[in-house]
Amino acid sequence: MATPDHAATAVDLTAALVAAPIPAADWLVILPVLIPMVAGAIGLVTRWRSGLQWHLALGALSLTLVVDVMLLIRVATEGPIVMAMGRWLPPFGISFTADALGATFAVTAAVVALVATFYARDSFNVSERRYGIFPFLLLLMAGVSGAFLTGDLFNLYVWFEVLLISSFGMLVMGSEKAQIDGTIKYAFLNLVATTLFLIAIGLLYGVLGTLNMADIVGAAQRAPSSAPLIAIACLFFFAFAMKAGAFPVNAWLPASYHTPRIVVSALFAGLLTKVGVYALLRVLVMLLPRQADAFSGLVAVIAALTMVLGALGALAQSDFRRMLGYLIISGIGSMLVGVALATEAALTGAIVYAVHSMLTMTALYLIAGVMAARVDGSFDLRRLGGLYGASPLLAGLFLVLGLSVAGLPPFSGFWPKLVLVDASLAAGSRMLAFAILATGFLTTLAVGRVWLYAFWRGGPEGTADGTRTVLGPAGDTAAADRRGTALLLPVLVLAAAIVGLGLWPAPLYDFAGVAARGLIDPTAYIGAVFGGLQ
Amino acid sequence: MRTLIFRTVAPYIASLMLLFSIFVLLRGHNDPGGGFIGGLIGASGLAIYGLACGVATVRRAIRVHPMSIAGIGLILAALAGILSLPAGVPFMTGLWVYPTILGSEAALSTPMLFDIGVYCVVMGAITSIALCLEEYDGD
Repeated sequence: MATPDHAATAVDLTAALVAAPIPAADWLVILPVLIPMVAGAIGLVTRWRSGLQWHLALGALSLTLVVDVMLLIRVATEGPIVMAMGRWLPPFGISFTADALGATFAVTAAVVALVATFYARDSFNVSERRYGIFPFLLLLMAGVSGAFLTGDLFNLYVWFEVLLISSFGMLVMGSEKAQIDGTIKYAFLNLVATTLFLIAIGLLYGVLGTLNMADIVGAAQRAPSSAPLIAIACLFFFAFAMKAGAFPVNAWLPASYHTPRIVVSALFAGLLTKVGVYALLRVLVMLLPRQADAFSGLVAVIAALTMVLGALGALAQSDFRRMLGYLIISGIGSMLVGVALATEAALTGAIVYAVHSMLTMTALYLIAGVMAARVDGSFDLRRLGGLYGASPLLAGLFLVLGLSVAGLPPFSGFWPKLVLVDASLAAGSRMLAFAILATGFLTTLAVGRVWLYAFWRGGPEGTADGTRTVLGPAGDTAAADRRGTALLLPVLVLAAAIVGLGLWPAPLYDFAGVAARGLIDPTAYIGAVFGGLQ
Repeated sequence: MRTLIFRTVAPYIASLMLLFSIFVLLRGHNDPGGGFIGGLIGASGLAIYGLACGVATVRRAIRVHPMSIAGIGLILAALAGILSLPAGVPFMTGLWVYPTILGSEAALSTPMLFDIGVYCVVMGAITSIALCLEEYDGD
């Protein structure tokens, strides 16, 4: 076992390595992963300093957002940016690749995470902070950013694992019966999906001999017609659809999202299912478009069913948080329309819808937390009531978010739905167009029901008309009022973004259009990976 | 499990395993071994010590919480990548220096730093889990 001399084993590797020096600006591709990861590690080491945790998370996520925005600006001006990990040239090295799609998702995820963290200031007690809730949050964010920015399919799997493990830790916190029950369902079904994803990766590698995304595009086109690529694409679709929460493999979502602390639910609502949607867009639309086309009819049916059944599920719930879980699912259906049709307009609509859904669903969970704090901490629609009189600001914000999720103008949900309906009709799919419109109607009813119960009614179920009884929180009501108002600030920020995107949608549209064109014709992406590095 | 024989030999076994885990860690770059398997061996050493002498003894012996070891490992692994920044090469590029220490040349590198990070992460996380499980085992 003699240690070989380093000089004797030296092999000429120059042909396999990136030769040119790397401009420091290229580090923007990796920093959104690195910053939360290092901050999470620091948080882990300093867990006993429970007062420090929140500040650390807030600082790290602010920095991540700044870096993400800088990355977005660079991608918008220069096209996709690549960094080859370990200097190994692709397709052998892992190439982190930020394109318009990944950068858009990464920025939105950072906004959502930052706002939710701001809200979380007083959500956790000392022992929960020592348990490591904020390091988990930061590592989750590292996984999410990594998934959006990696250019390697196996690396995508690794980031899925990172975010999954962190989300287990956040879900199970508290260790009460309800939380363990929700975590087991979530963990089991998500592990099944991850395993299927891994199997699909193995098969794809066996067939094509490469896992670099830019390389797969060409290899899949050159592959002989006997290669079982359609079956592999189906497996990917199944695995990612399960992650995204598409019908009929979404039982885990409503079973688990109502159990953790509301701010954790809000984060999950904004981040996790959208990683599944992102993976679907990336793999089915960009990597294996011809194969996915073979079963696009099935995807369309699943999209329609996910939308409509999600909205119906929302109507059937009497718990506000469970209802929001079904609204997430319903939104996933709208994004699947983009995957099913795979036209430029449909993809643009799906990407804008994803941004809208990340902002709106997080805001809705956060406002649910504020509403519950205003009464007696209950999310039961039968116990809510009288909130219009208690806080008109709260009522106004809820109306903005509710109309936005239902897809009514002038909020951010209106434009992507309009584009998706238009794209469905242009593609000749009246079924999808009808499903989108019907979902909008049903969602309006579901949101209206909450509005009726929580805001218009004078008090909880059984209150006589014209009287007012609010189940106040125990203790000092003035202090509770102040706390509630402070918690409204993050919701206010998200609501401002939602109104802003509703009134001034053009910049997001143009950029989502760039992302959609990059998915349909990935020449620039491939060129950035293989061209810019030699 | 707490027989006299086991309690007597456990400290020796545990210290031998920890030593062996470092040996496995350091040979990892050129030969079979590395941070992951080294960390597992180290964690089993601590777990054996815990089985024989009690979890509290192990916690006292390692001084810091095992999850802090994992956190330090994660920082080291990230540092191995960040060192590429001043060198002007992409993230995680292997960088080597060959200083002469005590008359013999030592090959120090960022892959080794990364491996040490992995060792700490694995040892910290697995030890943390093992000690928790042993605590519940009627300790």
